[in-house]
Amino acid sequence: MIFPRVGRFLDDRTGSASLATRAFRYVFPDHWTFLFGEIALYCFLILVGTGVYLTLFFEPSTAQTIYHGSYAPLQGQEVSEAYQSAVNISLDVKAGLLIRQTHHWAALVFVAAIVVHMLRIFFTGAFRRPRDLNWMVGLSLALTALIEGFAGYSLPDDLLSGMGLAIGYSVLASFPIIGGWLAVLVWGGEFPGGEEFISRLYAAHIFILPLLIFGLIGFHLFLVVKHRHTQFAGPGRQERNVIGSPLFPGYMIRSGGLFFATAGVLLLMGGLIQINPIWQYGVYQPWLGTNGAQPDYYFGWLIGALRMMPNWELVIGGWTIIPNPFFGGILYPMIVFSVLFAWPVLERRFSGDRAPHHLVQRPRDAPFRTGIGTAMLLQVTMVQIAGSADRIYVSFGVSYELQIWFWRIAAVVVPIAGFFIARAICRRLLRSEAHPLRRWTGERVERTKAGDFEAAGKGPGPPPP
Amino acid sequence: MTDPRPPEEERRSRDRAELATAAFLLVAALAGVAAIVVYIVTDDTQALGISLGLAFLAVAGAMIVAGLRLYPAQKVVEERPPAADPPAEAAVEQEVGEAVGGLSRRKLLFGAAGAAGAAIGGALIVPLGSLGPFELGGPDPDDLPWKDGVRLVDDQGALIPADLLQQGAFIPAFPEGADKRELASPVMVLRLPEGDDQLDPEQAAIAPRGILAFSRICTHAGCAIALYRNPLFPPQAPSPALVCPCHYSTFDVRQGGKVIFGPAGRDLPQLPLKIDDQGILTAAGPLSGKPGPSYLTVRKT
Repeated sequence: MIFPRVGRFLDDRTGSASLATRAFRYVFPDHWTFLFGEIALYCFLILVGTGVYLTLFFEPSTAQTIYHGSYAPLQGQEVSEAYQSAVNISLDVKAGLLIRQTHHWAALVFVAAIVVHMLRIFFTGAFRRPRDLNWMVGLSLALTALIEGFAGYSLPDDLLSGMGLAIGYSVLASFPIIGGWLAVLVWGGEFPGGEEFISRLYAAHIFILPLLIFGLIGFHLFLVVKHRHTQFAGPGRQERNVIGSPLFPGYMIRSGGLFFATAGVLLLMGGLIQINPIWQYGVYQPWLGTNGAQPDYYFGWLIGALRMMPNWELVIGGWTIIPNPFFGGILYPMIVFSVLFAWPVLERRFSGDRAPHHLVQRPRDAPFRTGIGTAMLLQVTMVQIAGSADRIYVSFGVSYELQIWFWRIAAVVVPIAGFFIARAICRRLLRSEAHPLRRWTGERVERTKAGDFEAAGKGPGPPPP
Repeated sequence: MTDPRPPEEERRSRDRAELATAAFLLVAALAGVAAIVVYIVTDDTQALGISLGLAFLAVAGAMIVAGLRLYPAQKVVEERPPAADPPAEAAVEQEVGEAVGGLSRRKLLFGAAGAAGAAIGGALIVPLGSLGPFELGGPDPDDLPWKDGVRLVDDQGALIPADLLQQGAFIPAFPEGADKRELASPVMVLRLPEGDDQLDPEQAAIAPRGILAFSRICTHAGCAIALYRNPLFPPQAPSPALVCPCHYSTFDVRQGGKVIFGPAGRDLPQLPLKIDDQGILTAAGPLSGKPGPSYLTVRKT
């Protein structure tokens, strides 16, 4: 057998055996909602793998060249080397399109998995002490992932990415007072910027931001292991222990299955579902634009906020202190993320509960928190839908101007209604102890005067006094 | 964890699970070989995606069967070790306290270390200033490409005779000889359907024959204003307007590019036009304001 010999070799050099025995015994409580974070992690691995392949072909340069690839409509056109190499990856490099599309899909699923994972953490109260720090690490990861995604789809220098960068430049330039200087600094000159801008974007996308994400993931997982996993209350499950499957062999195999399933689905999507066909969009020039341009979905809430904003600008004595894009593009996401970052502290204030918690709650167990979470989710969702108001106009013919007013009102009214409805549902569920989707499955018994128990009819009884 | 089934039946069930796992792995091997063949003989993205995807999914199937049937979930209880270790905290506190306590000029040393840290940190950040030019006011107004007498050219670089513009026309144009990619360069030229009938005298003076020109870069977020709302059949209200496809800022062309809808905070700069003696469209002066998105000094001249 080769395993013992390799094992002894490694243990002798690295002390791997004692590490392995401890890792093998690490306990994972089983619950399906615990898988979203793993999906996000696996997406990141797939993004690194596919991304490295793409760097072998991509040319981050805006130098102009004449297109001579296999896509006839572009033949002889003046294009940037970045655009040409991205089109070549798609149409002339064997397997290039599969890898590029898998990379793009993986990025979309990455952010989605992070968001759903965040929702799970929020609604079950898993962010409470001592995991409040890790909640902030996770939020930093989400923020970095958003910027990383934007940097990625801005690289190919096609029409869509150019329009996105124009907005990015204007949003940065809208930062009060110093924004114009910041934007010129980052872009190396006034938009569309100097030759060096795309190299900077490339360095950010393939090195700086992935390194940051990698480091944050490392710290995130270190803290998870330090505190062990949370678990739902149940037979034997207490604050002081953690009950579940050890890593080896069962959990490792099941989680490995999840990795392969994630990769398999992403490869199928990359092969079968077209995404971002940049050869059809054509090159970007500052004077070119098109109707129906939409960013990747995770920026829908920002484009929505930019569109819903009334056309205010703060001007004092001819100085434009706050240009308009600041409100939707910087202030709005800052508020959303600030509330999320501060939530563990805010909740400690509201509830007075400062104790450490390792047992997570059902959403109904904290009606106020669930109400607030629902309200925030609905608020961002309304703004996100407003970001597609032009598509809604095209599909259903509802006037765009009317819709903007509708979504402005909905973005205030719907969250408030959502808060009260969610809180009421939680309180009701708490009383009845029914499953939100299935019926109540308990058995009611009553204690007789003699001290025995006897069946006391169907359904939940009256609330305890 | 007592299994009610007799050991014989359990043994057979494990046997079946092992066979199923092996079958999945063999499917994965086949799909992997298929992916290699597809890569060599074609460049078919769909076939490659299906074969590679299936290979991964088959491995997933094998691991899921093995994970559920051969190594099912166990119930192991582990004590949860607290992260905090009060004796260690006290020890660290004491050791640090002793190390610091041995210094007699504590305030001076800490102050000096803080100063060194701040200065070195600043010195390391300052080189970031090399990233770009320190221009807060946008380009020098004297360098702007549009001035009185600059002729308009189309995207092929050809001069634009005024006669060429039909009523209702809408084309992009650039200053002759200038860098097209500069934000101040691109304009769009349009001819009102009714000529200059509905323009006030001041507007009509810079819009010969109802031909108008505006900066093509939106004053909200810098996108190209590529849409022209000009209904060709009744109802023709509201009035003709330029619309940005990014956030739908809408600018009235009859009122000098005034914002009539959307988030743009400034009117769209207008380029005054004249027709020279050869009938060529020519600028009659600079743009009426700074083009592109807002920043601190955008409203200053």
